[in-house]
Amino acid sequence: MIELNDDQVRQREAFRSFVNTLVAPFADDYDRAEHLPRSLIEETAKQGYLGAVLPEEYGGGGMSMLVYGLLNEEIARGCSSLRSLLTVHGMVAHVVLKWGSKDLRARWLPRLASGEKIAAFALTEPDVGSDARAIETSAVASSNSYVLNGRKRWITFGQIADVFLVFAQCKGRPTALLVERNTPGLTIEPITGMLGVRASMLAELQFKNCRVPRENIVGREGFGFSHVASMALDLGRYTVAWGCVGIGQACLEASLNYAGERRQFGAYLKDHQLIRRMLTGMITNVKAARLLCLHAGYLKDLGAAEAIMETSVAKYFASTMATKVASDAVQIHGARGCSSESSVQRYLRDAKIMEIIEGSTQMQEILIAEHGYQGEYGRR
Amino acid sequence: MNDVPVRQRIREFIERHVRQRNFDDDVDIFALGFVNSMFAMQLVLFVEGDFGIKVEDEDLEIDNFKSVNAIGDLVERKWREA
Repeated sequence: MIELNDDQVRQREAFRSFVNTLVAPFADDYDRAEHLPRSLIEETAKQGYLGAVLPEEYGGGGMSMLVYGLLNEEIARGCSSLRSLLTVHGMVAHVVLKWGSKDLRARWLPRLASGEKIAAFALTEPDVGSDARAIETSAVASSNSYVLNGRKRWITFGQIADVFLVFAQCKGRPTALLVERNTPGLTIEPITGMLGVRASMLAELQFKNCRVPRENIVGREGFGFSHVASMALDLGRYTVAWGCVGIGQACLEASLNYAGERRQFGAYLKDHQLIRRMLTGMITNVKAARLLCLHAGYLKDLGAAEAIMETSVAKYFASTMATKVASDAVQIHGARGCSSESSVQRYLRDAKIMEIIEGSTQMQEILIAEHGYQGEYGRR
Repeated sequence: MNDVPVRQRIREFIERHVRQRNFDDDVDIFALGFVNSMFAMQLVLFVEGDFGIKVEDEDLEIDNFKSVNAIGDLVERKWREA
């Protein structure tokens, strides 16, 4: 799978047009305001992008994973915060589709597909990040509900989400529950001043004796990590990997333009060999990351078990690539690249976040090397 | 398709992920260790892809996944119900 077919190319052009018109020109403003306007979210929903991968029977777009990747690249080329919305909303919708009961699917998926309701993923806690199995939020089962107590932190789009997929320990068994925003006992505090992806409207959630109906469970008690969070994070890694390709592409386009306009020592920057070396590295690494993402998408559309590790590989390469490419883009732009006159400083700040979310670079290094010893990469 | 290839294919998949070769078809594979956080979903994708079944929320019982024979039984039950 190297080339896109005509239909995939057409869809990518539509994504590009949307981003070039409605997203990219305003993304620096969103970054400064630490806020995405409701009108942009509504327009994104209207395009069908929030429900892109849900089946048509629920009002979704039935989009292939490969094309969904192209969508995430294009959105992130304009604004990583809007890509983050696609990520977290899509993660929740994806696992409700797979592991939600028939009633839960019928109740939530049409509303998530249309964007009438926004979903967020609530796993991380003040004291728990990579070691997700150590979460402390508790869910105590009673006859018709779970009683939730605990805190969740750094929850992307927590400021505006209508429903949260919350992970808690139920008698020591990891369990996933859908919790509506208006649940009594849930308080939501905005988090501001982040390094990057600043318009993703993070929040801290506090649950104090929140009663959640038992039918809101996604999957079964004890399967919250192994099947629900794991599946959601796999999709999250996939969209983040593609998002990193988008950041890299934006850096490349900005750098090619600037190096072709700016003159120093009587020549355009592009004609200085050390600048050419950086541009060459950018071009090659963005292409390489895109190919890894295409490979992961191709395997996902096949439903292959290998897709999970190949997604991890793609996310690892693409996120480290994005940080390096964005750093070089700032370098090429010089003082301008460090200022609010240029978007490349935003790309660099956003790229760094990509190495931390959905499994840090170090977690990927542990898992990918471990997989190497399982023989997948050793016998070729 | 008879039982032997089903269980053999399940065993071969598990052996690639648990770094252990000598275990009985009734042994609890999660108790063998060396299973990382991605294994459970890899297993779901494997059984769905290789055997053409759909694992659903009501199938999420550890007894359906804990051993080669348990997974084989799940696959065969799904085939019968299809």
